Amino acid sequence: MAVPLNAAKTQSRKLQAKRSSVSLKRMMSNRYLYLMLLPTVLYFLIFEYKPMYGAIIAFKDFNPFSGVAGSPWVGFKNFEKFFESYYFFRLLKNTFLMSFYSLLFIFPASLAFALLLNELRLKKLKSFLQTVSYLPHFISLIVICGMIIDFTKPGGIINSLLLGIGIISEPIQFLILPEWFRTIYVGSGMWQSLGWNSIIYLAALSGINPSLYEAAVVDGAGRWKQLTHITLPGILPTVLILLILNVGTLLNVGWDKIILLYNPGTYVTADVISTFVYRRGVMEADYSFSAAVGLFNSVINFTLLVLANRISRKTTENSLW
Amino acid sequence: MVIKRSIPEMIFDSCNVLFLIFCSFLFLYPMWYVLVSSFSDVHAIAAGEVSFWPKGFNADAYKLVFEDQRIWTAYGNTFIYVIAGTFINLVLTTLGAYPLSRKNLEGRSLIMAFIVFTMFFSGGLIPAYLNVRELGLYDTRWALLLPGAVSAFNLIVMRTFFQSIPDSLIESAKIDGAHDFRILLRIVLPLSMPVLAVMTLFYAVGHWNSWFPAMIYLQDRNLFPLQLILREILIQSSAQNMLAGVTQDEVFRISESIKFATIIIATVPILLIYPFLQKYFVKGVMIGALKE
Repeated sequence: MAVPLNAAKTQSRKLQAKRSSVSLKRMMSNRYLYLMLLPTVLYFLIFEYKPMYGAIIAFKDFNPFSGVAGSPWVGFKNFEKFFESYYFFRLLKNTFLMSFYSLLFIFPASLAFALLLNELRLKKLKSFLQTVSYLPHFISLIVICGMIIDFTKPGGIINSLLLGIGIISEPIQFLILPEWFRTIYVGSGMWQSLGWNSIIYLAALSGINPSLYEAAVVDGAGRWKQLTHITLPGILPTVLILLILNVGTLLNVGWDKIILLYNPGTYVTADVISTFVYRRGVMEADYSFSAAVGLFNSVINFTLLVLANRISRKTTENSLW
Repeated sequence: MVIKRSIPEMIFDSCNVLFLIFCSFLFLYPMWYVLVSSFSDVHAIAAGEVSFWPKGFNADAYKLVFEDQRIWTAYGNTFIYVIAGTFINLVLTTLGAYPLSRKNLEGRSLIMAFIVFTMFFSGGLIPAYLNVRELGLYDTRWALLLPGAVSAFNLIVMRTFFQSIPDSLIESAKIDGAHDFRILLRIVLPLSMPVLAVMTLFYAVGHWNSWFPAMIYLQDRNLFPLQLILREILIQSSAQNMLAGVTQDEVFRISESIKFATIIIATVPILLIYPFLQKYFVKGVMIGALKE
């Protein structure tokens, strides 16, 4: 009995060897493809993965002269310092609120805008509207912030308008008052990205089979019924994927606009994790501490993304991976 | 198929049209206001009299901006960053996307995972910043060209496009004795013009508008891109530097119209080409959407 078993083993070993030599052969025949890949893989190693390794300075007392490897370990000291600091809850709250409000207002608005555009029967007007709505997406952030600063100042058009229709009796210094910061942030974000975000929904909408609508009309469905029974179910997968992505970046609020618009007077509501990391790390060279804060942010984001993805896959069978 | 519309439907349709026209006004007006103000009399702007048409035509602000050496140097730098940066982006993205689109490449899903992971997790700003310093790129043009040289998302878009090219085409070229570089250059790329156009546009607009890396990595003012100079003028209000020998009150007023003029100068190039390129951009987003 032992003999055939052994024979089977050697055979399978032979097979395995053959298979691996086949794959080796295939790899050799594709050697130019690997050569092609090399620069791109090197890019990811040097500019994406090396900083990931470098992030361990969050657990060290980093000294630029000793480098990442040579600096002494301090365990979770930097994290503890952050969690215990007066800034922790303020930063967490601001970061979360700023992106939560963006999600709450911009996400449904983009969908609604796409749906309204889709209902538009005038083709010329539709394409004009699309062109116009994408435009703000291409204007640089610096210019947008310059415009925000100019429009919201006491003599700017927003104050003039509000004074003109009598909503306020004296000009508001929007950018100096902390209570206005989130409104400005989300409002300008809406203006910038509404049209651009709607592209993906319009693409999904155009992918719905027109015969479904014809059948619905024959069955006597009105526009509202068509919307709830055909259009919305048709774009649901797209909506969910975008929602997962958005939830996954809930603690990744766009710091660039904040850096351009905030000032020490509005830190109370405007300072977020990433702007704090920028100030403490780049400007004050407090490397280990701000790397710890940044790592905390990355880990939370990644966890949120994985969770959102899992929940979506379980409940709706839509997922990123 | 002609369908008779009911009265409520007609009401909805007309409200929809009116609402969307109002939306397009909201999208356009801020830019129109900037354009109009840049040509208006400085006193009229300060008094808040400008709303829809220029008041008292005046192009002095443009003259002052064009006489400013900072703007010209920065314009030149931005062109360097856009051209060199986009070239590096395209080469690296293509070289990554093509091999990964070949189904017979051993280990491609592993390499793909290695790339995709970077879309969801990163070391953070500080390690990236220290990395650039360690590599000796700090305060050189390379600091704006190399970090971010490949976008994982764009690579996926491009790979998806390459996968749609029939295998038989590539196989037959192989049988004819062409090696992989030749196949990429002679067969795959000529068939990929639409996606190449889209990538060029995305990357180029990204470089044109980029400022944060320049802010943290550059010290030498001679290397500054346009956006960084714009930041000084628009955000930090240093337009006053352009004016010498004018009274304080006048300085304040003219600096306002200088802001508007610089906005126009920095934005017009993008907005001018934009209508011609729009369809490519939209196509790019859609190719990206298909992947998901």
